[in-house]
Amino acid sequence: MLHKGGLIGVIAHPKRIKSIKFGLLSPKEIRKMSVTKIITPDTYDDDGFPIEMGLMDQRLGVIDPGLRCKTCGGRPGECPGHFGHIELVAPVIHVGYARLIRKILRSICRSCKRILLEEKERDGFIAQIKECQRNEQPIDNILKEVFRRAMSVTVCPHCGEEQLKIEFEPPTTYEEDGHKLMPADIRARFEQIPDEDLPAMGMDPKHVRPEWMILTVLPVPPVTARPSITLESGQRSEDDLTHKLVDIIRINQRFQENRDAGAPQLIIEDLWELLQYHVTTYIDNEVSGIPPARHRSGRPLKTLSQRLKGKEGRFRGSLSGKRVNFSARTVISPDPNLSINEVGVPQKIAEEMTITVRVTERNIESMRKLLKRGRKYPCANYVRRLDGRRVKVTPTNYEELAEQIQVGWEVERQLRDGDIVLFNRQPSLHRMSIMAHRVKVMPGKTFRLNPAVCPPYNADFDGDEMNLHVLQNEEARAEAKILMEVQENIISPRFGGPVIGGIHDHISGLYLLTRGETRFDENEALELLRRSRVTDLIEPSYDEAGRPYWSGKDIFSMILPPDFNLTFQAEICQGCETCLKERCEHDAYVVIRNGRLITGTIDERAIGAFKGKILDRITKEYGPERARKFIDDATSLAIRAITRLGFSFGIDDEDIPPDAQRQIEASIRVAEERVAQLVEAYENDELEPLPGRSIEETLELRIMQELGKVRDAAGEIAGRYLGMDNTAVVMAVSGARGSMMNLTQMAGCVGQQSVRGARITRGYEGRTLPHFRKGDLGAAAHGFVKSSYKKGLSPTEFFFHAIGGREGLVDTAVRTSQSGYFQRRLINALQDLEVKYDGTVRETRGVIVQFEYGEDGVDPSRGDYGKSVNVDRIIELVTAEGE
Amino acid sequence: MKGGTLLDHELVPKHEVLTEEEEKAVLRKYKVSKRQLPKIKYSDPIAREIGAEVGQIIKITRDSKTAGKSIAYRVVIDQ
Repeated sequence: MLHKGGLIGVIAHPKRIKSIKFGLLSPKEIRKMSVTKIITPDTYDDDGFPIEMGLMDQRLGVIDPGLRCKTCGGRPGECPGHFGHIELVAPVIHVGYARLIRKILRSICRSCKRILLEEKERDGFIAQIKECQRNEQPIDNILKEVFRRAMSVTVCPHCGEEQLKIEFEPPTTYEEDGHKLMPADIRARFEQIPDEDLPAMGMDPKHVRPEWMILTVLPVPPVTARPSITLESGQRSEDDLTHKLVDIIRINQRFQENRDAGAPQLIIEDLWELLQYHVTTYIDNEVSGIPPARHRSGRPLKTLSQRLKGKEGRFRGSLSGKRVNFSARTVISPDPNLSINEVGVPQKIAEEMTITVRVTERNIESMRKLLKRGRKYPCANYVRRLDGRRVKVTPTNYEELAEQIQVGWEVERQLRDGDIVLFNRQPSLHRMSIMAHRVKVMPGKTFRLNPAVCPPYNADFDGDEMNLHVLQNEEARAEAKILMEVQENIISPRFGGPVIGGIHDHISGLYLLTRGETRFDENEALELLRRSRVTDLIEPSYDEAGRPYWSGKDIFSMILPPDFNLTFQAEICQGCETCLKERCEHDAYVVIRNGRLITGTIDERAIGAFKGKILDRITKEYGPERARKFIDDATSLAIRAITRLGFSFGIDDEDIPPDAQRQIEASIRVAEERVAQLVEAYENDELEPLPGRSIEETLELRIMQELGKVRDAAGEIAGRYLGMDNTAVVMAVSGARGSMMNLTQMAGCVGQQSVRGARITRGYEGRTLPHFRKGDLGAAAHGFVKSSYKKGLSPTEFFFHAIGGREGLVDTAVRTSQSGYFQRRLINALQDLEVKYDGTVRETRGVIVQFEYGEDGVDPSRGDYGKSVNVDRIIELVTAEGE
Repeated sequence: MKGGTLLDHELVPKHEVLTEEEEKAVLRKYKVSKRQLPKIKYSDPIAREIGAEVGQIIKITRDSKTAGKSIAYRVVIDQ
């Protein structure tokens, strides 16, 4: 309860909604709910006072402060507003029902106005509709059938009248056999449709009469729904709806005057059409077939349907999505020194954002201390006293407030280190897009986060912005802490593996650290582990002249749980035919015994997000908190290792010896010759077609194959000269960034460019570019790029490369919009489904959708890669224990 | 198809009509009314095949990738 009195006085006793019935407003109802008839198109008189029976009549509600509603006596904000009405001089079509009106017109007899169905048939349909409604099933298909049958009838089964063809000219014109049907004629017809026929057309005569689709009275929405704004110059600017209503009233008046004066039929018809236009655009200003009504500035007016429709409309923009308080948004940047469950918040933001704390006997002293700080961070911004008054804390009153503070006050204190907040990056595609973090107040103007949490947010630091929400009550904070904190979300519910883990330099760093036989003395070891809270160094692997030395593997072992056991193959595993296991010559067989890395190199398969085996096992066997610590330790150790060992990459890292260059050129030449041979064979009709392919397809396929082979060969040659001491190769094989394919394209040969999986054939007649002969089927003429990125592309190659690149861009653009819409539809369909405590999945009515969630009742985020238990791992643990 | 039934097809899972006692047990187990169960049309080929009447419950036992076997129930409706 915010204010005493106020709102509560106006809101009537709450009622329980039992059901909702949709129907049409009848003219009678419109007049009944109206508080006044509107007759003048003017809004305010010269003194700026609302004109009676004008569009701003004070009985329609109030928006100006200080005034009271003439209907209910409420002040602005209290009075919900009241409808008025306009009596239209002549009936007009309601655009929203134009198509239904057409269907009804065609389905009823032009003479006796009965539905064009035999009574027996009609009753059959009515029974079907009733049955469906009883079962809460859609009746659309039955209605479609009713109209289909009735509209195909040419002679009325009741009176024998022959039916004429009715043409519909969108949006609101109907013609019968070349004669225009005026809305008044249509209305007259509809009035005569007997009540008994209506249920067949899906209408309940108690709530819907078809003639109500043709307007004779127009409801005027309350002023609260179309408030005018006062500009700085003191000028009033009216809402678009008001403008439109003014137009309607003006034409209505002119129509009346002309008709009363006995104007010729032609003029009357013109005015009628004009009135129809204004009423149409008042309801929907985006109807095809008529120009939209425009503001003086040329901007199309935003009328009723535009207010509701679309992403920013009432439904999607105001009801499904709202703007929130206690939130902040700014650019993000990385900080490897933060824990993964922390977020760096700029002090400026922390000073603005508050948490409301209720003063109790237990916290009154600390709250007083907070108030005594005045305006020095961290302090309090506002207090709410016992009388409900909200007082701003200022340099002049803080001492007074600190003295007065008593139990029951509310203090709005600034954000501090350790507060729980929600952190979010759009698009929020999965639940890891919003996670709870702990605040760490920092200088600067950006939100800071540990790069290890980038994968679940899909964030990078090229200008991305993120949102932060401050939780306002204890339940929310508890729920966030238990369910949403970062460490609780390490295991993804999508596939049951980790989504948070090392990326880029974390992987390179640990790879360099644990690879081969690195040695560190005590100082170096301590420095590497500086941030990792390792209290005791483990037994060193080497001892030289009485001085202990630790290997990189030893140092990594120190951040593992002491009793940790795991064996797996690293990312660098070459997939040899017979695995040498512990004696792997690439050191790709990772063995961890009792928390010690014995063999193997740490890479993406060990600590990478999505793939990290060690991460996965620690999270599942030691819990989220230990996993958080491990990720913190591993990432900071990796960063320290990579800075200490040094790691750089430049264009000259792609240098290959001239000898290798010559080899690549030679193999490309050979491939080009083979392509030429293939083309020659094709031209001489000597080519043997592949099964199920035409000769042309065979040729294309063989050429693609040949050129693909040569690119791989070029990469292979280049790769021979780029060894494991090359940083690009290190990144590629350890899974940190890039792939061998990227290296091939940089150092060897870019390869075939393609559009829709085939060689490039578009362009001029018979050729891709004027640089080639017509009908040239060779490699270069169809987008084969033999240069490497490092060497640089020739102009034609560059052009082909741009063609291929453009296809990729278009594909991503189309894919994201399509999958976005598909996801929206899925969410709308599935949002109310819930896994109940008995394991069933049900919707809101309790109707069962699945009898056991996923058929096995397993929550993938609590299981092991989608299975409830990993039997192999349990056997491994039990037998290892027995040894 | 000669002589065989729909149920012989490898893609058609096992369908059985429940007895009244079994029906009661199922409804009690899930604390539901018949309206809250998934539906199957009376005219569905498999419902005809096993001679299910409107209002009866059919038990469907499927092979499941995740759980090995999974059981679902459907209530027979007309049209």
